[in-house]
Amino acid sequence: MLGKTANGIFWMYRGLERAENTARLIETGQRIALTRLKDADDEWRPVLQSAAVLAPYLEAHGTVTREAAVDWLLRARENPSSVLACIEQARQNARMVRTALTGDVWEAVNATWMHAREVLARKVRERDLPNVLRALRQRTALVRGMTHGTMMRNEIYDFARLGTFVERADNTARILDVKYYVLLPSTVAVGSSIDNVQWESILRSLSAKGGFRMQYGSNLAPREITHFLILDKRMPRSLAFCTAKLRDNLTYLNRGERSPSVSLRLVSQIEQRYLSHGIDDIFAFGLHEMITELLTAFNDLARQIEVDYRFYE
Amino acid sequence: MTECYDEMWGRSEVLRAPYRGFHDWFAQEDPKRLRAKQREAEEIFRLTGITFNVYGRAEAEERLIPFDIVPRIISGAEWARLSRGIEQRVRAINAFLHDIYHGQEIVKAGRVPQEMIARNDAFLPHMIGVRPPGGVYTHIVGIDLVCTGEGEFYVLEDNARTPSGVSYMLENRETMLQMFPELFSRNRVQPVQNYPANLRRSLAACVPPAAGGDPVVAVLTPGIFNSAYFEHAFLADQMGVELVEGHDLRVVDGRVAMRTTRGYTPIDVLYRRVDDEFLDPLNFNPESALGVPGIMDVYRAGGITIANAPGTGIADDKAVYSYMPEIVEFYTGERPLLPNVPTWRCSEPEALAHVLDNLADLVVKEVHGSGGYGMLVGPAATNKDLAAFRRKLKARPGNYIAQPTLSLSTVPIFSRTGLTPRHVDLRPFVLVSPEGIRITPGGLTRVALKKGSLVVNSSQGGGTKDTWVLED
Repeated sequence: MLGKTANGIFWMYRGLERAENTARLIETGQRIALTRLKDADDEWRPVLQSAAVLAPYLEAHGTVTREAAVDWLLRARENPSSVLACIEQARQNARMVRTALTGDVWEAVNATWMHAREVLARKVRERDLPNVLRALRQRTALVRGMTHGTMMRNEIYDFARLGTFVERADNTARILDVKYYVLLPSTVAVGSSIDNVQWESILRSLSAKGGFRMQYGSNLAPREITHFLILDKRMPRSLAFCTAKLRDNLTYLNRGERSPSVSLRLVSQIEQRYLSHGIDDIFAFGLHEMITELLTAFNDLARQIEVDYRFYE
Repeated sequence: MTECYDEMWGRSEVLRAPYRGFHDWFAQEDPKRLRAKQREAEEIFRLTGITFNVYGRAEAEERLIPFDIVPRIISGAEWARLSRGIEQRVRAINAFLHDIYHGQEIVKAGRVPQEMIARNDAFLPHMIGVRPPGGVYTHIVGIDLVCTGEGEFYVLEDNARTPSGVSYMLENRETMLQMFPELFSRNRVQPVQNYPANLRRSLAACVPPAAGGDPVVAVLTPGIFNSAYFEHAFLADQMGVELVEGHDLRVVDGRVAMRTTRGYTPIDVLYRRVDDEFLDPLNFNPESALGVPGIMDVYRAGGITIANAPGTGIADDKAVYSYMPEIVEFYTGERPLLPNVPTWRCSEPEALAHVLDNLADLVVKEVHGSGGYGMLVGPAATNKDLAAFRRKLKARPGNYIAQPTLSLSTVPIFSRTGLTPRHVDLRPFVLVSPEGIRITPGGLTRVALKKGSLVVNSSQGGGTKDTWVLED
């Protein structure tokens, strides 16, 4: 497999994952804003932050408003991480690696792009937003489904999974990074309605509300939420789950080699250093410090994968 | 245009035999259903991404080539005759190329003028004395044919460098099979689907001396912004080989190798869709980022097969085209089975005078042009166009050839008003290997969608049709 192809596959799936995550962040932002009584626009600042686009947004707009934030996240030309830009990038990469994809996967990506280009050609009206977001998430899910159902389980698939889980781990870590303070052992009164809304927003932005309820009942508590999102290996967006998937796929790629790749060693480090402790140890270490370090570690890992598998040279 | 020959109705509105099966079917079809099918075809093309990029636009734009659902149909007997002519011509082209880069017997015999070769930009001195692996120069050839009457086919152009369009031939058939399966059970149409497998086999049959074991084949593309990128990806995919770009390749230990996730792997046969000029920045255009530095040296040392061989452009140059009848006769010892279109070489003073006097009736082409750019269609030109072209001709006569405006045949397209005749040409695809010459039955039919227009190029608004060769 060509290094360039590995690169294209990796970024194609990162793009799709990011598009989906951003769409989910917008859904959450919209939902929370609608259920709050005042200062609904405030909710959009952490959403922009979680999507890692707050600084460029502020540079372009100055103040945070619902309308501008949604447009920025969805389709603004100046935002290279907008849902539309991510889908365009994914499709561009798919074209580049067309020979590595099945016809079904290619058609699903191409159809997703054709659809996104059409519905995001102009500003989306508030009343159309839920349907637009749902349709986009369904489209990206179709690509994932086609990937799962039609692609050979070979190196190509491994790079698709690596892209997906590097991006997903980064997304979960960023959401925790922005909202970590509401998860700290209560400095404010536990169970206040504000905290409840915040906790719910975190779970929603990771599509984790139902899963959490199934595991822990309907009582939202910060300690359990933190455990769920970081350490629970059954939760498909938790950091432990993403890391386990990264380990699996890097292990497959390493078959036939005499020693583990550098990226495989980096994954082991992440597991040992951050994910092999109990939740209380994490709080003792400092939740925020740990999340900050993890973000850097995932970033380093992504770079190392590029080097190990000759994406560029 | 009424006296034009129509391939469905002849000259006298009598349905020609090859179209009978289609016509019976068409007569029973509801036009509404067909219109819906036409839209469905476009949807299939868009979804599968069968698009081409248009050059000269601010933002790279992907466009569909319009597809018409009425097939162009050729009888088996007619095809057999055409294939013999094509095969003869392709053999002559390969013999000519070998001769031009070795003894130049044809020049010595006075059949082709020395300056035609020596002063030709398409002549590649690097190829002098080089014997390509398997002795094949043009692994893939596209011969452009036009029809002017029952059984009257002319060769309009030879494409001996990197002919494109074969993906449309294949996808058009695929689309027709999906949309109108019943048509194929009523008509016995010769299949085209083996082309990619045959291409791979042809390429693999020309391995270089340095190759070992299972031949490694790859397709070299200039990248996703190239107008034919879809086709490059399509062919690589269908052959099951890697699609590479210049920056994936480098010379390692005297071989051209591609960068894989596990290091560099040597390539035996490179089907390149990059022009000679950009192939090797060390030997040709130093600005090129599309090629591989040093690939020509590896090639000359027998480390890789390049398909088509560098320097084949000398055989499809439009000035050389006018000598094709002599070339065919010289190397095959036979009269050409397929005639050339009469051609005036404007480099010759008498020819130039004739062309200038009759410009409004002629088609004038640039010697090195392609894609229908930079050409003049006399009968369709305004006085201003004619005057401008006259100046160009006088300034650089050697840059042009002229041909009579042929009365090209028409084939109906399905339009809002039903079947409407439009002009067509035909590009059959030919594979050459040491084992022999293989011609896919049919080829790409290009159709001018505007009434009366003779320009069929996709870059100028032309469309395509499925091309059937029937089993007789």
